[in-house]
Amino acid sequence: MKNAFLFLMLLLFVLPLAAQESALPKVTIKTLDGKSFNTGNISNDGKPMIVSFWAIWCKPCQKELDAFNENYAAWQAETGVKIYAISIDDSRSTARVAPFAKSKGWDFEVLLDANGDFKRAMNVNMIPHTFVLDGNGKVVAQHTSYFEGAEFELYDKVKALTGKKK
Amino acid sequence: MKKQLITLLLLMAASFTFAQFDPQNASVNGSFQLDGQWYRPDVAIGITDSALAGRKLGMNGFGNIIYSLGDFKAGMRYEAFLPPLAGFDPRQEGNGFPHIWAGYQREFIDMTVGNFYEQFGSGLLFRSYEEWTLGFDNSMNGIRVLLQPMRGIRLKGIYGSQRFYWQKYERNNRGIVRGLDAEINMNEIIQGWEAAPFRMIVGASGISKYQRAADPVYNLPENVGGMAGRIQLGAGNFSLMTEYAQKINDPSAMNNFIYREGRALLASLSYAERGFGAVIQLKRVDNMSFKSDRSVTANALDINFIPPINRTHAYSLTARYPYATQLNGEMGLQFQLNYKIPRGSKLGGQYGTGIAINFSQVNDIIRNPLNDTIPVGSDGTLGYYSPFFKASKHIFFRDLNVEIDKRFSSKLKAVVQYMNLHYDIATIEGKAGAPPINANLFVTDVTWRFAARKALRFEAQGMFTQQHDGDWAALMIEYTIAPKWFFAIADQFNYGNPDNSKRNHYYTFSAGFTRESSRIALSFGRQAEGVVCVGGVCRQVPASSGLSLSVSTNF
Repeated sequence: MKNAFLFLMLLLFVLPLAAQESALPKVTIKTLDGKSFNTGNISNDGKPMIVSFWAIWCKPCQKELDAFNENYAAWQAETGVKIYAISIDDSRSTARVAPFAKSKGWDFEVLLDANGDFKRAMNVNMIPHTFVLDGNGKVVAQHTSYFEGAEFELYDKVKALTGKKK
Repeated sequence: MKKQLITLLLLMAASFTFAQFDPQNASVNGSFQLDGQWYRPDVAIGITDSALAGRKLGMNGFGNIIYSLGDFKAGMRYEAFLPPLAGFDPRQEGNGFPHIWAGYQREFIDMTVGNFYEQFGSGLLFRSYEEWTLGFDNSMNGIRVLLQPMRGIRLKGIYGSQRFYWQKYERNNRGIVRGLDAEINMNEIIQGWEAAPFRMIVGASGISKYQRAADPVYNLPENVGGMAGRIQLGAGNFSLMTEYAQKINDPSAMNNFIYREGRALLASLSYAERGFGAVIQLKRVDNMSFKSDRSVTANALDINFIPPINRTHAYSLTARYPYATQLNGEMGLQFQLNYKIPRGSKLGGQYGTGIAINFSQVNDIIRNPLNDTIPVGSDGTLGYYSPFFKASKHIFFRDLNVEIDKRFSSKLKAVVQYMNLHYDIATIEGKAGAPPINANLFVTDVTWRFAARKALRFEAQGMFTQQHDGDWAALMIEYTIAPKWFFAIADQFNYGNPDNSKRNHYYTFSAGFTRESSRIALSFGRQAEGVVCVGGVCRQVPASSGLSLSVSTNF
């Protein structure tokens, strides 16, 4: 254990620090067609983003994402917001996520976090857990649980980021 | 432990002093959670003073902190179970920091020392993860290296011991696990395949477990190796995913010390387009329990994860009899169809109508005796022969369910669900001699949003069966004021219990307040005996009565 720490120290000395592109933790998860995806690449050309953790077995999560989807076109036109839905389904149900999400007609990006690596890096314990990020990937607001109508409150925070009035 | 902490702090301090580190880039985030319960005797549901044995309070809590500075990261998690809530393993009692790690990450290399979680492929051979609600944690303690030597190739290496409640790793008190995994995205490494009309990803992994053997009777393998291969193909809207894993003989308390090899196969074929999705999954498991201690039979020290492939139900009665993978052998399939009847059509109405059909069945595998004299599964033998493509007639689990969700107006929406269930309680819950449960269930879930941020939700469920506890009815009313408040009253009534004295009401009153990512929830009432499952792991929950409090926050 000690040797490992020493090695780490050494690494810290030797390797220079890369410039930070995004404030989000960089964890490798998967796209719906199985490609590796680094969460540091979650971005939206400087415009705000919503990152929402969900699962197939979580009803409130689906209600929240359905509610987002109903408003997505209007929200995008107004603020350019981009939504990422992160499924934390494990290998029990990962194969069902793509058919499920597509059949729902969700227009946002769906990613697979099958072993909860991104979930842990973001300190998510209960789902739904939704983050509002600014254009640099910095968390400006977050919320757990979903109740009918909560999407408007969340969207107000997105609007505040773009300087638009409520 | 103390030494580790000091080193970690030193590291953090040291990192500040290097000129190239800008403290502005440093960040700390974390989460805390406390689940407490006060138990009261409740003779009607079988909880007497003596059953409580003075344990009137239970508490599970944790705090998780992650520090990051540029490419360096470190974290630790504190846990306390004083004592654990009813239904958790008593060995969880204790407090301390069971999870401490530090890592360094560049594009080429990502290295972690200390505790970590990882998964190879779909987990048939290796998966380390945690599930707080179940008290399950098989985190590794050791070193993990992730490499990306070139675009499209990812390598993983792990080496360490696994967490076993609070027991510290000592020489020979459990096994050591090490493994390698490689995944290649063919479209990224073969020139000209970037824009190919198909996608292909292949992967392979190997795991080896070392545990000293000093058994007086058996000559046990000290090194148990396993291999797995996987392929993922995609073309257009179709996707095919297959993984096959095999391990050498690994006699253990889980398989009654037979010397048979272990095998597992998982395959799924899916089709998805806007408004329509279908998937079929197949699975075969034969003697595939893989633990880093051959004497352990509890939900602990698992090296691999064989997922149950059936729907995880979300309503309380439909989730009452959940399936758990039978690691010693099972064959199953699942079919799921999701369709959204388009809006504007006759059946779709103004908003469209969603239909989901799901079917799953899991049977036992066939076990033929090795010869005329050795009974099937005898310890110290090869156990049995099993034809790969045939399933036994013994059904462990079958679930056919249909769900329709429909929005009637901007204010009103509803979900209805029907479920037909076959549940071999004798095998799944170990209740020897109990007849399998055949049940029909109905669920109605109506949400009425009567003001912009206020809604009422009604849930009615019925379960009809001749077996086990007989018929149940459940009702719930929930009032929510988005995004902060909820209040709910629920009752589950076991009105059809064959034993008159057990026809109980399990009522609960609950309320909660959420502000951003902080949540406080309080509930008072009764919890029926049952099984709680998340992912593939299940936990038996005893009946309880009392007050529970849950507080959590993130930052």
